[in-house]
Amino acid sequence: MSVLPLALDWTAKGRKVAIATVIETWGSAPQPVGSQLLIDDAGNFEGSVSGGCVEGAVITEAQDVIRTGRPVSLAFGVADETAWQVGLACGGKIRVYVEAVRGE
Amino acid sequence: MLTSHLNRLQADITARRPVAVLTTLATGAQQLIHPGDPLPDELAALLADAVRKDKSQVVQTAAGEVFINVYNPALRMVMIGAVHISQALIPMARAAGYDVMVVDPRTAFASGERFEGVTLDARWPDEALPGIALDRRTAFLALTHDPKIDDPALLLALASDCFYIGALGSTRTHAKRRERLMSAGIAADTFDRIRAPIGHDIGAIGAPEIAISIMAEVTAHLRGKDVRRS
Repeated sequence: MSVLPLALDWTAKGRKVAIATVIETWGSAPQPVGSQLLIDDAGNFEGSVSGGCVEGAVITEAQDVIRTGRPVSLAFGVADETAWQVGLACGGKIRVYVEAVRGE
Repeated sequence: MLTSHLNRLQADITARRPVAVLTTLATGAQQLIHPGDPLPDELAALLADAVRKDKSQVVQTAAGEVFINVYNPALRMVMIGAVHISQALIPMARAAGYDVMVVDPRTAFASGERFEGVTLDARWPDEALPGIALDRRTAFLALTHDPKIDDPALLLALASDCFYIGALGSTRTHAKRRERLMSAGIAADTFDRIRAPIGHDIGAIGAPEIAISIMAEVTAHLRGKDVRRS
């Protein structure tokens, strides 16, 4: 289910929005490359990048991206202590690109 | 992403035009690209490959890492027959990301009450199908058991690029179908694109389990694993 129509809808309503996209996976990652999560500046979200494991961390990072307008690339995996904390227990690794939606 | 890009992207997706978004990860620079648009050679080949395999990926270029995000047309499932199996299959197909269309000229079957919220066409397949592009992102299922309805539909499906064609009916029914379609001029290897009896053999009993077996076989074809031929 694409989050893009909703991204347009939220943006049209004046909400500040970021899109997070899975850009690389290794091992058993629950969501394939291209999966997207839509986040607004109030922390509302729709879609998925991991089936629940790292969404919380991505939503937090997205607040910075919305504020600064600068995209970031985030890596989560078993070798990463913070990833264990947010619970990527499937044993896979993923890389997520987070970008703000800007008017123009 | 710019809202102008987002708008164009959504328009392409709605019109079933393949499109990709190229993002230079170091800078965030982005462009929308359609297959055939002019691109530097190294990227053109990588893009063509990514679109063909429906595989978004990060590639290495002279400008650093570029993420190619492929937005292929939505998957679609065309069902001939507003039957009990269709009713069981529709929610599964939707959950797996398919847009579903049902064609059945028998209005008692193709009623909005039985198929609430579903795109229904109550014309005969040879009238309804030419308006539906049966492309390589489409799975086609003949489910009526009635040769008057299934046969003309299958003839159109066999002339198309559908990634999956399946037909309900026993091995005996299918043997008779083979005779009919071959006498209508279909070559043997073309006919053999039809998967019948439809569905991956999991010993299914009843419509919901048959729907699971169909969904399994369609998924296997989509992902390049033709279980019957391996």
